[in-house]
Amino acid sequence: MMTILGVPTQALFGQLLLGLINGSFYALLSLGLAIIFGLLNIINFAHGAQYMMGAFVAWMLLNYAGLGYWWALILAPLAVGLFGVVLERLLIARLYKLDHLYGLLLTFGLALIIQGLFRQQYGVSGLPYAIPPELSGGQRLPFMFLPNYRGWIVAFSLVICIVTWLVIEKTKLGAYLRAATENPTLVQAFGVNVPLLLTLTYGFGVALAALAGVLAAPVYSVNPNMGADIIIVVFAVVVIGGMGSILGSILTGFALGLVEGLTKVFYPEASATAIFVIMVVVLLVKPAGLFGKPA
Amino acid sequence: MPDAALAERETASASTAAPSLAIEGLEGWYGESHVLHGMRFDVRPGEVVTLLGRNGAGKTTTLRAIIGILGKRAGSVRYDGVETIRLSSRAIARLGIGYVPEERGIFSSLSVYENLMLPPRVKPGGMSVPEIYTLFPNLEERAGSQGTKLSGGEQQMLAIGRILRTGAKLILLDEPTEGLAPVIVQQIGHTLARLKREGYTILLVEQNFRFAQTIADRHFVVEQGRVVDCILNAELDANIGKLHAYLGV
Ligand SMILES: Nc1ncnc2c1ncn2[C@@H]1O[C@H](COP(=O)(O)OP(=O)(O)O)[C@@H](O)[C@H]1O
Ligand SMILES: [Mg+2]
Repeated sequence: MMTILGVPTQALFGQLLLGLINGSFYALLSLGLAIIFGLLNIINFAHGAQYMMGAFVAWMLLNYAGLGYWWALILAPLAVGLFGVVLERLLIARLYKLDHLYGLLLTFGLALIIQGLFRQQYGVSGLPYAIPPELSGGQRLPFMFLPNYRGWIVAFSLVICIVTWLVIEKTKLGAYLRAATENPTLVQAFGVNVPLLLTLTYGFGVALAALAGVLAAPVYSVNPNMGADIIIVVFAVVVIGGMGSILGSILTGFALGLVEGLTKVFYPEASATAIFVIMVVVLLVKPAGLFGKPA
Repeated sequence: MPDAALAERETASASTAAPSLAIEGLEGWYGESHVLHGMRFDVRPGEVVTLLGRNGAGKTTTLRAIIGILGKRAGSVRYDGVETIRLSSRAIARLGIGYVPEERGIFSSLSVYENLMLPPRVKPGGMSVPEIYTLFPNLEERAGSQGTKLSGGEQQMLAIGRILRTGAKLILLDEPTEGLAPVIVQQIGHTLARLKREGYTILLVEQNFRFAQTIADRHFVVEQGRVVDCILNAELDANIGKLHAYLGV
């Protein structure tokens, strides 16, 4: 058996793949958080709950409407994104003139309510969701076995992140978004409908979380607590990457997934804490985050 | 100067045209701090009017109140006969008012070209990008650069150029020559003169009244959030002593 630094290559690549998959979720989730924070100045603590809702909507579509994975991939982000739009219009929009803390409290409260409702209805044992037949099975690579669905998660997340980044950096809509992130008052004074931009941006960020939830449904069990578990790590990712930095959140998400995977191989005891240790170090050395601009 | 005399001077110079912008009893606040106290003046179609006054007199605040980005305002601001005091800044801009802020407001996360294209067209008849590049060739050369990498003068050109694209017919300009080299001031002066010939209406805030004199029709003097005097451009030299006293220069 081949080994690298005393670790069997199979195990090493296996953990790297797992890390990359976690990293895909970190990237998708922190990307949504970064976009929302950048424009709305809201730290969206409901992000984990919205990710969980995406997975649940996928499960409901299958079990109540007979609509499978590919439908869920489109419909769940739309439905949860729409829910986000309503939340923004009804509640969050009232907080823009207040301190960050109020947005954080509101969305944290919403997260607790949403998770409580789902726990009440579906319990905490988790519901199964099958890998779509088109993506079952796997590839035997020279150094490891790659399950198709896991490869799909990484590739699809990467494509979504890149497309989102391109839209923000290269399109007119993205220019409005970047400009309104810098100076919403002036953009509005040019005649742009900034409140609508804020609503759509929140809806889009939430839809990204739901999309991640659908991707996660076949690999993690569909569980009311799935969002609460992952979101703490995602916040650490956002802090490390730099609040509001789009590219930073994508790169940091994937990179920290890999770091976590490597830690599992070489020092498993630290795997749960590695990201937080990195966060502390980054905050000490570069308080605005790796890609953040100092305030 | 008593209000009656001021009113007389205003009407003495009045053409028959209805004002493009008519401001009466305009009050403005920053939070609790009451800054505008019954501003009153008008700008007629095709006219260049300046607001002169010391630092802190309330000139910038007046422009912010007109475009609707001041937190709290009251009174009357009519544009082309439409009362705007209760409209959002977005709706006011859509009536055809373009705003060039004192701090210029160039976006650092946008390229020069993106900055130029950012404000939406609000009325037909705005300048095309090639026309703007003819006015300000520097903008074409630096189209791909980050907006805030431009020199101060170029940023000012960009701030003016992007408004000319929108078709706005009334332009609010806040100290466009502040801190710029004489040659750039001259270029901006030529541009404003050309805009005036093309029929734009311009409300200009200016500290440099020698510059303002080259293009303006009337000057309103602002002190502590009020208009305290109106001087016709033709009479500026005759009133130079008075103006020095107002401006404390
Ligand atoms: N953002 C602000 N918050 C509170 N007060 C302000 C603000 N901006 C200006 N002021 C005050 O309002 C008054 C008028 O300021 P401004 O309109 O900027 O004057 P000017 O443009 O004539 O120099 C000044 O007393 C200034 O200190
Ligand atoms: Mg000023």
